[in-house]
Amino acid sequence: MSFKRFWAMFKARNREFFRDRAAFGWNFLFPFLIVAGFGIIFGGKSYTEYNVGLFPHETVMVTPAQIRIPDGLRKMRYIKFIGIPTLAQGLDKLKHHKIDFLLKLGNPPYDYYVSEASPKGYVIEQMFKSSLIPPDFKIGAQKKEIQGTAIRYLDWLFPGILAMNMMFSALWGVGYVVVRYRKNGVLKRLKVTPLNAFEYLSAQALSRIFLLMFTLVVVWLGCDFIFSFTVLGSYVDLFLIFFLGSTSLTALGLVLAARGTSEEFTTGILNFISWPMMFLSEVWFSLEGAPAWVKGAAQIFPLTHILTAVRKIMLDGAGLMDVSVEVTILTLMTLGFLSLGAVMFSWNK
Amino acid sequence: MAALLEVNNLVKKYKTVLAVDGTSFSVKQGICFGLLGPNGAGKTTTIEIIEDVIAPTSGEILYKGKPRTASFKDEVGIQFQTTSLLSFLTVRETLETFQSLYRHATEIDDLVGMCHLGEFQHQYNDKISGGQRQRFLLAMALINQPELLFLDEPSTGMDPQARHNLWDLIQQIRQDGKTIILTTHYMEEAQYLCDEIAIMDYGKIIARGTPQELIKHHSPEMTVILPAGSLGRALGQLPLPYRKVHDTVEIKTNDVNSCLDLLISQNVDLSDLMVQSPSLESVFLNLTGRQLRE
Repeated sequence: MSFKRFWAMFKARNREFFRDRAAFGWNFLFPFLIVAGFGIIFGGKSYTEYNVGLFPHETVMVTPAQIRIPDGLRKMRYIKFIGIPTLAQGLDKLKHHKIDFLLKLGNPPYDYYVSEASPKGYVIEQMFKSSLIPPDFKIGAQKKEIQGTAIRYLDWLFPGILAMNMMFSALWGVGYVVVRYRKNGVLKRLKVTPLNAFEYLSAQALSRIFLLMFTLVVVWLGCDFIFSFTVLGSYVDLFLIFFLGSTSLTALGLVLAARGTSEEFTTGILNFISWPMMFLSEVWFSLEGAPAWVKGAAQIFPLTHILTAVRKIMLDGAGLMDVSVEVTILTLMTLGFLSLGAVMFSWNK
Repeated sequence: MAALLEVNNLVKKYKTVLAVDGTSFSVKQGICFGLLGPNGAGKTTTIEIIEDVIAPTSGEILYKGKPRTASFKDEVGIQFQTTSLLSFLTVRETLETFQSLYRHATEIDDLVGMCHLGEFQHQYNDKISGGQRQRFLLAMALINQPELLFLDEPSTGMDPQARHNLWDLIQQIRQDGKTIILTTHYMEEAQYLCDEIAIMDYGKIIARGTPQELIKHHSPEMTVILPAGSLGRALGQLPLPYRKVHDTVEIKTNDVNSCLDLLISQNVDLSDLMVQSPSLESVFLNLTGRQLRE
């Protein structure tokens, strides 16, 4: 191992990244735009919103105070009322899940429509029925307040966006780039120099990890300045988990980079891995309540363990010992991917 | 002079193709050795096996009398026929990057001066012209002060000025005592630069020697060229081999004086006569045929 050769490759790869202005800018802009977009859409509120269509109503905009609907329903939160001129139009929207519930304006008894195929329709139907119960009816239940800081959907989503960006950047920035270099002959040119595969691959990997962590810090600071995210645990622990996560994802990128000269095939493989990883690793939504096999399948992805650990530290105030299972799994995955990548690597095949 | 490189019974077999078929040759120290052949003859495969880019099916390669070791890569310089480079690096930065990969390296400024890279050394390496690129790739091949230099079709795509400039550069490198292995499709280039030539076809060396030896053995005839019109009826009565090429007639002969005497005796107008010496190109075509390859 020659540090001089490693450093030459590390520096060259970093220069490439920082000078490719379009790719460089997009790396920062993409996660920032997603977080900003969700911040604007949800404004710190819950992301669950029920759409209730009201007919006959000439305008889409509805002023709840001026319409005849049950008072209990009018006062409910997270319900959006949408005006619809005719029943036919309302039924069409209901059928296509554009609204969850359709209610005819007027005096009781009320006429309403709900799709049997809509879970949200079922929930809003129960809410509607409960709104018809007189206010002085005795209910055998008492509301208790949740203790501690309230966690917004954005706080839960933010680490997911960061980790997702990290995943795409690691897989494409290493896997795709090295395959492209193999195809266009850059690797062949390097192979005939004294540079060995370990020096080259470690330079690629460490350059990418450095860039991932740099991007993470910049995006975090930028987004936190605007949205003030909740972090109950230690920033150092968070940084360490993200570092381990970026190493693990980059090592996976090295496995994909180990062979192949077809960019199209590599694109297919990258999509095949990254899309299920994105959906099953709880980037966007929780898998709570999902079938056990889906939860089990999610465990094969490093992103699942990164997000579990990060959210525990960020939202539950966990320490490194509390996430030791995730740390162990990520470490083993990293070592496994690195070994596999090293064994499989070819300069020109 | 001792052989710097020896190739013995080299074979490279792909699934259905025998690319290199028991090739053997040696290259003496300090010479420019040309490997010629039509497309698909096995030149690049042979060179890439020697360079350690691809593995041979069988055969032996000796460098300085011994099998190649890890230090071989430190001692050879390579210019591939086509190559891409690391993106978003300038010409100078690319040279600096490659300089760091070797134990012994040439000063960048010396290379910039020698290969005339000064004007564009701070441009990105994908923003330079074809001629500039070839000089730059040659500079990269020289970055480690190589003892043995491989040049795979170094002047392909260059205009005549750039090509002659490159030839001068290669001559200068050879005069500095370096050994060069050159592949080319330009016979003029091989004749100008090479001390020794091997012609390859169908994976085998089919002829070998100095350019003069090859010409002497494989295409010794001179060519007398005349406008077809000037021969008139005499054309049908010529006792010499000839062929029509467009509006001229080419007559092959070992004895130009006798040929001219014969033409004068036939009252042929010799005012537009040209006499062409045998060339490496005619050797190449005689040995490998005129049919189109690939």
